[in-house]
Amino acid sequence: MTHNIYIYILIMGAVSYFIRVLPLTLIKKPIKNKYIRSFLYYVPYVTLSVMTFPAIINATQSVYSGIAALIVGVVTAYLGLNLLGVSVSCCIVVFLIELFI
Amino acid sequence: MDKTATSYCLKNKRDRKEFIYGLKDGMPIALGYMAVAFALGVQAKAVGLNALQGFIMSFLNRASAGEYIGLRNIAADAAYFQIAVATLITNARYLLMSSALSQKIDPNMHYGHRFLLATTVTDELFGISIAKKGYLNPYYPYGATLIASLGWASGTALGITVGNIMPDRLVSALSVALFGMFIAVFIPKAKEKKVVAVLIVICFALSFAMRSLPYVSNLDDGMITIILTVVISLGAALLFPVKDKEENGNDA
Repeated sequence: MTHNIYIYILIMGAVSYFIRVLPLTLIKKPIKNKYIRSFLYYVPYVTLSVMTFPAIINATQSVYSGIAALIVGVVTAYLGLNLLGVSVSCCIVVFLIELFI
Repeated sequence: MDKTATSYCLKNKRDRKEFIYGLKDGMPIALGYMAVAFALGVQAKAVGLNALQGFIMSFLNRASAGEYIGLRNIAADAAYFQIAVATLITNARYLLMSSALSQKIDPNMHYGHRFLLATTVTDELFGISIAKKGYLNPYYPYGATLIASLGWASGTALGITVGNIMPDRLVSALSVALFGMFIAVFIPKAKEKKVVAVLIVICFALSFAMRSLPYVSNLDDGMITIILTVVISLGAALLFPVKDKEENGNDA
């Protein structure tokens, strides 16, 4: 490691705060441009999807438990389980499957 | 808390009450955060952060995806500039939420409160703030954010501290907790909007491709995420611009 972890953390914190404080202090009216609005609208879903797959199947000790976690996550989320419920369901299925592998 | 306030102050009974409501509503969020942050802590430990660093990182950021990407960048020993760009892109959605929140507050609200309110913008906390009727009393999100941030930060520190004395099997199970949370954010949206569902399939396919193809997969993890996010979101915005009405749904 050639970089300082505290500096990394401060940069992350400063950028995160900057993003949150800018609209609240500067933009008194909503963004009008529909393409910028749409871009910002899609960003969270795209970035979370990209980060989830294939990372989820490589995160666990076995590829199969990772795939199972993905399936259980998608199904429970589709059925309307809340954030914590989906998260815990994924963990439980990985734990159970890895008991037998 | 801050004497700069003109209309809101903890000396007022009304504001104290809102603060306590916030603490109460923030409690379940704090518990949920703690569990997920624990998993984040396990990741942070693997990257080399100690408990104090993890606590500070989580207390300052309060962003699961943003911190996860940050950790990937730290693991890759990325340039400072790159981690800044990665954080900016991953947390770009807070720009939108913060813009929405700016419409929810008294236009004459003092700047001191605007600076503090900025710290309350996370997916869940934004959700409960925006659900309030009328102008938002800032002490409500202050209370909720205070307790939720402590849960988030201490969960991270705990994951770093005891994550390594836990059996591998448990760590393996917990390592999907964050992904579970991500899934719980994008799947309900996919159910509601076909475009998002199609986008997710495209995201999975391109992400898999970029991370397995020769040459391209040599790029570091965080960079691949940034490139894919910008390209796919931009394409979607140009091809399927969102109408205001759809956008104002439950975006939290």
